[in-house]
Amino acid sequence: MNAAVPPRARRGPPRCPGAVAAACVSALVLLPLGAVALRAGGPASGGAGAALAPADWAAIRFTLWQAALSATLSIALAVPVARALARRRFPGRAAVVTLMGAPFVLPVIVAVLGLLAVFGRGGLLNDALGALGLPRVSIYGWPGVVLAHVFFNLPLATRILLQGWQAIPAERFRLAASLNAPVGRLLEIPMLRAAAPGAWLLIFLLCLTSFAVALTLGGGPRATTVELAIYQALRFDFAPGRAALLAAVQVALCLAAVTASRAVAIPSAWGAGTGRVVERWDARGRAARIRDAAWIALAAGFLLLPLGMVAARGLPGLADMPGSVWAAAGRSVAVALASTALALAAALALALRGGRAAALAGALPLAVSALVLGTGLFLIVRPFVSPLDVALPVTVIVNALLSLPFAAGLLAPAVAQVEAGHGRLADSLGLTGWRRLRILLLPGLRAPLGFAAGLATALSMGDLGVIALFAGEAQETLPLAMYRLMGAYRMEAAAGAGLLLVALSLGLFWLFDRGGRHARA
Amino acid sequence: MLELDRLALAQGGFRLEADLALEAGGTVAVIGPSGGGKSTLLAGIAGFLAPQAGRVRWAGRDLTGLVPGARPVSVLFQDGNLFPHLTVAQNVGLALGPRLRLPAEDRDRVEGALARVGLSGRGGDRPAQLSGGQQGRAALARVLLSGRPVVLLDEAFAALGPALKDEMLDLVAGLVAGPERLVLMVSHDPGDATRIAARTVLVAEGRATGPFDTADLLADPPPALAAYLRAPDRS
Repeated sequence: MNAAVPPRARRGPPRCPGAVAAACVSALVLLPLGAVALRAGGPASGGAGAALAPADWAAIRFTLWQAALSATLSIALAVPVARALARRRFPGRAAVVTLMGAPFVLPVIVAVLGLLAVFGRGGLLNDALGALGLPRVSIYGWPGVVLAHVFFNLPLATRILLQGWQAIPAERFRLAASLNAPVGRLLEIPMLRAAAPGAWLLIFLLCLTSFAVALTLGGGPRATTVELAIYQALRFDFAPGRAALLAAVQVALCLAAVTASRAVAIPSAWGAGTGRVVERWDARGRAARIRDAAWIALAAGFLLLPLGMVAARGLPGLADMPGSVWAAAGRSVAVALASTALALAAALALALRGGRAAALAGALPLAVSALVLGTGLFLIVRPFVSPLDVALPVTVIVNALLSLPFAAGLLAPAVAQVEAGHGRLADSLGLTGWRRLRILLLPGLRAPLGFAAGLATALSMGDLGVIALFAGEAQETLPLAMYRLMGAYRMEAAAGAGLLLVALSLGLFWLFDRGGRHARA
Repeated sequence: MLELDRLALAQGGFRLEADLALEAGGTVAVIGPSGGGKSTLLAGIAGFLAPQAGRVRWAGRDLTGLVPGARPVSVLFQDGNLFPHLTVAQNVGLALGPRLRLPAEDRDRVEGALARVGLSGRGGDRPAQLSGGQQGRAALARVLLSGRPVVLLDEAFAALGPALKDEMLDLVAGLVAGPERLVLMVSHDPGDATRIAARTVLVAEGRATGPFDTADLLADPPPALAAYLRAPDRS
């Protein structure tokens, strides 16, 4: 009879590239994992032996503890800030909300430099304390790690919670006002109960894999994360077996967090609608207004002051930079553009393919961290080539993989939306394959493609992870060059490099994002 | 002649059977209760839905295994008939092939089709610059230019006001529905059927039947259709 060959076969967007991308991504994640597992479980784990040393257990405990503390502090501080932004209208509000998105594209090492300029030994805070005759404080160790994590994640939590507030229908506030009912207990606490666990888990996961912050502000037996311990095991102790074992631990931690996050809805930080202010009848008193203004000012100051310090110290530092910094900047841009191209090609191919397997492949890199991938790739390539020779290609691949979940998360719904709107029309006109991509999909995907490209470029520009594991002098990227300048206490030159790094990261992000939103087909 | 030969279509637990033949020439209305399967029938003919059993033939040629773009069928939906990011001329030009830059003689043909639907000189505009009625005209121009003999209108003008809709229907009757073509028009409004369709297919209770003479059918409707016709505005 009629075998009912589904016309699906040559319909819809091209699906083959997605299969290739899924296979490549899976191989690039699973092969390093396999290398890690083989080395960690094998009899020849060498070095420190197959068991975890007490220092490794300390690293595991510290990793979990600092991630939990950072997430808790970020959420706790974000609640009053987000509430203030949700219920106040003031000139510059849009700028403050935009500022809350800036840490996504801000290189970690630059933020660390800025935080040191404010809270560090020679920073503004200690100058003020000294002037008052008070003892100086040091932020090296766990306070610095947690401070930097809050710096990055307070804005993220604020944006997520702000969306929660704005998802409460305006009529509910009107109803509550007309009944003189408590807005907090009736509307706000239930919203927070729904939104906060997901936000907490997201931040916990981000802090779990934190490397650059721990590298620059932590360290020592009491403030070493698992990521940092992997790096030290490979780079200083040269104990690949121990590094592999720690990498296996890191994977287990990530997998546990990712699994837990499947039970809780992880919110998106860049959804629509952070612009609306709902008419509110509560909190009209002067004290509440002052409190809200203070929270907003504190949050904005906490973000702006370190950035301002980088700019202030970086401008004179620009002249002080060694010439190698410019070469490093060129390398960084090349690495960032290459990894962005790879990440976007893979994300687009996966989005066009659609379905569960493609979604899984797009999310697969969430299970691994930069240093886990780096360790695995290190173990794979070392028998054949010097890690120095492949430092930049490996960095390109790892950065592309780590950007992939974000890019895929942005493109998959956009492709679905374009297909839902005009897919049948394209089918009936016989638009398939490359022509469908050019005529229907790419024009409709410009904005998410531009935004995803901007994010991926900024993430890669600011990356200080796997490059630190592989690179020598001749392969250093801009963040690594900056880190080495800081290590040599050339703070002026480091600030100059930081300013250059910020300018390049934000500039490239802006170019891509603008290009996506404004170009015409 | 369009033949639906013991066609069985299934969509999400819903099943529709059709076994009928429609001669080319003129417009056939497809009416029946909401959720009765009118759009499912059109999706089966257009190739968006693979049948569970049976065949679709046009002029003796079996279309059953063909993808939508390979069928001699044009479809207009209620919305999304034009790509918003392309110009009107580019949209219409897609009838001639999947290209955005057309050779000069094809450009003349596009302009000619636009002139026939009353959109001379609007080829450079984007769909958003056209009114709802003009967008419908632009989509009709593409249907005309494609020359595909089977034209399916799936409530294509339902979003337009009554006067504008009648104008579009007259345009379909005058320009599109020639002796070589077959226009199948899904509509909620029996008035649309009376206006331009001499024949009507009834889709109700999981079965497409007909064609019936439109005037006879509406004068003496079977129970399922009678209930549908009476329900909306006379209770």
